[in-house]
Amino acid sequence: MQSMKHSIKHQKAGSLYATFERKGPGAKSSHYCPGCGHGTVHNLIAEAIDDLGIQDRVVFCSPVGCSVFAYYYLDVGNIQCAHGRAPAVASAIRRTHEEAIVISYQGDGDLAGIGLSQILHAANRGENITVLFINNAIYGMTGGQMAPTTILAQKTITTPAGRTAANEGFPLHMAELINTLQAPVFIERVSLGTAAKVMRARAAIRKALRYQTKKKGFSFVEILSPCPVNWKMTPVEARRWLENSLEPVFPPGNLRDLPNAAPAALGAPGAPGATGVSGATGAPRVPGVSGAPGEPATPGAAEPVISQKAATKSERDILEILGANSEPLPTGTVSLAEEQNVKIAGFGGQGVLSTGILLANCAIAEGLRTTWLPSYGAEMRGGTANASVNISHEAIGAPIVSQPNVLLALNLPSLDAFEETVRPGGHILVNSSLVPRQVRRGDLHAWYIPATDMANALGTVQIASVIMVTVYALISGAITIDTLRRVIPLSIKRKSLVDINLRAIDAGVAWHRQECCQDFGRPRLPHVSVAGGTAPGATSEEPPVASSQDPSA
Amino acid sequence: MAQHLLKGNEAVIYGALLGGATHYFGYPITPASEIAHAAADLFPRCGRQFLQAECEVSSISMLYGAAAAGARAITGSSGPGLSLMAEGLSYLAACELPSVVVDVQRAGPGLGYIWPEQADYNFIVHGAGHGSQSGVVLAPNSAQEMCDCAYRAFALAERYRCTVFILADAYIGQIMEPVELPVTLQANPVKEWALSGDAAGRGNLITSIFMKVEELEERNRLLQEKYQRMAEEIVDFEEVETADADYLFVAYGISSRLCHSALHELRRKGIRAGMLRPKTLFPFPGKRLQELAGQVAKIAVVELSSGQMVRDVRLAVAGRVPVELYNWMGGRVPSTTEIVQRLEDSLAAGPGRSR
Repeated sequence: MQSMKHSIKHQKAGSLYATFERKGPGAKSSHYCPGCGHGTVHNLIAEAIDDLGIQDRVVFCSPVGCSVFAYYYLDVGNIQCAHGRAPAVASAIRRTHEEAIVISYQGDGDLAGIGLSQILHAANRGENITVLFINNAIYGMTGGQMAPTTILAQKTITTPAGRTAANEGFPLHMAELINTLQAPVFIERVSLGTAAKVMRARAAIRKALRYQTKKKGFSFVEILSPCPVNWKMTPVEARRWLENSLEPVFPPGNLRDLPNAAPAALGAPGAPGATGVSGATGAPRVPGVSGAPGEPATPGAAEPVISQKAATKSERDILEILGANSEPLPTGTVSLAEEQNVKIAGFGGQGVLSTGILLANCAIAEGLRTTWLPSYGAEMRGGTANASVNISHEAIGAPIVSQPNVLLALNLPSLDAFEETVRPGGHILVNSSLVPRQVRRGDLHAWYIPATDMANALGTVQIASVIMVTVYALISGAITIDTLRRVIPLSIKRKSLVDINLRAIDAGVAWHRQECCQDFGRPRLPHVSVAGGTAPGATSEEPPVASSQDPSA
Repeated sequence: MAQHLLKGNEAVIYGALLGGATHYFGYPITPASEIAHAAADLFPRCGRQFLQAECEVSSISMLYGAAAAGARAITGSSGPGLSLMAEGLSYLAACELPSVVVDVQRAGPGLGYIWPEQADYNFIVHGAGHGSQSGVVLAPNSAQEMCDCAYRAFALAERYRCTVFILADAYIGQIMEPVELPVTLQANPVKEWALSGDAAGRGNLITSIFMKVEELEERNRLLQEKYQRMAEEIVDFEEVETADADYLFVAYGISSRLCHSALHELRRKGIRAGMLRPKTLFPFPGKRLQELAGQVAKIAVVELSSGQMVRDVRLAVAGRVPVELYNWMGGRVPSTTEIVQRLEDSLAAGPGRSR
């Protein structure tokens, strides 16, 4: 069969266009310079595509460089990519069409220079794509500048005296570099130095593409290719220099070949090369032996993988997952006397942010409008956190509460920071377990709740903020205790914590009944305990701040 | 409908998925990271693809590849990431690939910090990347609108074959509000121009290189015609208390929320303030601004930047009425009181154009 193919080798491959419009209507020759290797490689690719019967499935990603116009030659799906980005583009095409055959065709500046990040990460992900890397040790399209693969002493326009290790560093060995990665299944370097070597290149390209059709994973073929014009040589001299000067620096040979690799699961964590394949050591599957044909490694059994794409979801599934078809909570009938601008502040770890979310969820359940905004940046990293929660019948404008009418101060720094911002007539709820002083202002309502002590008595310090919110609910009437109880199970992810939170609500209710009984039953905003009143926290034996019970201290 | 308490950054993913998004590619950056967190959780659960890219250059290149292949792909980032995406954004525009990019603006320049700013306006609205291109720029000012913008973004992107930007800011990304989710799932239509990896897509070519001046000139002309069509067809804005307004705020995103509070406070003091809030920044609601310029005595543009949108406002108003800039930078977000004070100070200095 092979011999039959060879017998018709002068016939143009079916995957090449009949004429090349790039050179003008009806042109039969390419735009490449005499002696250039690109035409040879295009031909090898087209033949492989023909023989594998994959022409309709190929998406060919051309780079920036001389081969930018590959789409004038290859009669397949084509996309031209930004300089160096073809492996990222190819990865995304692969993740869109599982049956596409995705080829990234790149030069040395494109792949080893500007696109080094994209090639290494695509290879490392084990994308089931084929990368064909044309290494001619120079920039062609831009006119003969140094490439990352320019060899030492090689003269280019930007290394007129020859590349030096001291100034430009050493040439990059891409096949060897990629061979340090775990995921690739096929890595080979070939040369276009002689007709025999071209046949080896032909075989490598075929194998790489065949592996892709079998969904084995990432394949990489580096092709040493002549650039007579920019090397300033005749085509014959260029072939000679390729063999005598380039090949010793970049030895042709197979570096990795894993014919039995398990098919790559699209985008899955256990694709070939993941730890399941090569064992738990995390070492490359094949040692990076420069130039020497690698012994095919024995692939282990890949761990069962679940493809991201495997699970096709119906519209109903998706609506369900996102909660788009969920029934609304029955809403309450609370009537606010005034918009609630609540600031909740304390140490990170005191549940400041989550308590704010609880409050906002309760507001929704009451049929009210609400916003929640966390404190942001430096103050958060400094160890204290605060949340702004607005509750209103009307559309809420500014979400930031800069002048709260309610402050929940869970620690001393919070009281110090925000006492002055509270609007006259507003409320400050103080966690007197941790705050050793009283509220200084006399034009607002102060409440002293030993919330941390009460929480400790219930078994966990973290519910102190829920006790505070419960008391807030009772004194403000903005949300009902019934709603609080209803929302707690819906807003707590760890179901084991639901019960303790419900007990925190009970504790808050009990405290309110005991301490404020003369006001309990009034609709809202009862006037009690103005500054100067009793402050349980002031006599608490609990250390005031930075207590060991505080997770963030 | 049920209301879900969602962060703006989460709501945008709910909207995108219900809007038919098939792929998310992204790189973490504060204050946009929750977008990736929500996507990493929800895309795979919905049978869609999520991939954390190695950098924003790759994220946007993946968007390019997926969009070329006919996917509905979205990414989210913030200023420093958007700078890296400039290359890919230009290619997406040149190749007319439908795509969605969320920018949760943070304070710049350079690394700046994670507080809100609105200083990416010039970059995003006036054509991110090299070349004379644009995309639709939507400007949500609530978690609900983060969801709504993402929900309609893909259909818009496909209608005009362009990138649709959702230009938010750190506060609109971080805010949690009740969100009503759309109740129908949008389908991703088959695109006959896409690289579908089969016989139907074989002849298709996605490229932006043109070797003849006439061809590239024509290409540019067609793109500009398209942008003109957008201005006629999809400009969107909200007006608040403009009917009898003597003074007009112009603001988008978090600034519009502040102005909303400020104008009500001013009205309580007897000052008739109103607001025009652009919901599309590209196309810009210049025509409506021109009309309002004939009505009001002063326009105040409130921005968290050096004053970027104000130039578009002045261009539209063309000197018919004084246009003032109330701006804050470096992550400073003014209180409502400060905005009220700025307008009161301005009125004390002069009433504006007499009518």
